[in-house]
Amino acid sequence: MIFKSKANKALDRMEDPRETLDYSYQRQLELLQKVRRGVADVATSRKRVELQINSLKQKADKLEEQGRKALQVGREDLAREALTRRSALQSQMAELQAQHDNLQAEEEKLTLASQRLQAKVDAFRTKKETIKATYTAAEAQTRINEAFSGISEEMGDVGLAIQRAEDKTAQMQARAGAIDELLASGALDDFTGTRGDDIQAELDRLGGGRDVELELQRMKAELGQGPAPREAIEAGQPGQAAQQNQPAQPGQAAPPPPPAPTQQYRQPGEGL
Amino acid sequence: MIVRIMGEGQVEIAPADIDELNSLDSELEAAIESGDEAEFRAKLHALLDRVRQVGKALPEDSLEPSELILPPADASMDEVREMLGDQGLIPG
Repeated sequence: MIFKSKANKALDRMEDPRETLDYSYQRQLELLQKVRRGVADVATSRKRVELQINSLKQKADKLEEQGRKALQVGREDLAREALTRRSALQSQMAELQAQHDNLQAEEEKLTLASQRLQAKVDAFRTKKETIKATYTAAEAQTRINEAFSGISEEMGDVGLAIQRAEDKTAQMQARAGAIDELLASGALDDFTGTRGDDIQAELDRLGGGRDVELELQRMKAELGQGPAPREAIEAGQPGQAAQQNQPAQPGQAAPPPPPAPTQQYRQPGEGL
Repeated sequence: MIVRIMGEGQVEIAPADIDELNSLDSELEAAIESGDEAEFRAKLHALLDRVRQVGKALPEDSLEPSELILPPADASMDEVREMLGDQGLIPG
């Protein structure tokens, strides 16, 4: 309703209706380019979020591995610390995943819009050439009006869809940028890298310490100074502690969100 | 009657289905007047779902204008208020 009246007003101002057809066709092609750029922009943002998710996942996996190692050497305190940090990363990842899904939905919508517009622009071009070939002033206005009404409505709709996608992408990019900065600044490494390294350092020290003890015992045995090293150390009490504690990993049991009633459009209040 | 759901495309609605859509439209209007966001969202989705269900999609290369235009499912209440005339989204 809104678009129709505007399009008709523009049409009435034109001297030669045939010029209007060409002018409109140019604008349609421009809009097609714009919507394709829109699809590409949204895809770029989506890929960026994917990279961020992957990078957080690597950090989380590293922490999980460290937690397991800590348990194997009986350091439940270290394991708990590693898993706590991992759990914080997991909630960040969940937020990013929601953004990712949002962008993907937007990308699909724009892709469909671009296909619809392409089909209509093609149909308009055919119609335009027919009208120009058989042009008589008397019937031109009516036929041109017919050709216009559908395409201008589609253009209005696609224009708004692009606007909405741009707004959403801009919001996402602001957030993605903030996370990139966090990753680059090392602030997230408080959870993983820098402070994570203290977990690693302690594990290395413990592991190294045990190796040294074993090596010493082995050497003593060779020299006949003491009993052979007991291999059972590996499967001894620290190992059992690991078995008992592993099911208690936090952050694993987040229930999936309830399904929304209308699947693709489930963002209340996420309008313009 | 040809109806456009913004962002989704156009469908053709048989005259027999229009009454039902009108009553869904009235419920949506009431929800907007009450200003209840959850109610508004539910009614908007109910209307759009029904239009998608009974509507027959127009071919993509059709250049037909729509007799009425419905807002997208994620439109805000204010956007829909702006689109609304005195008659609700579906006239008559």
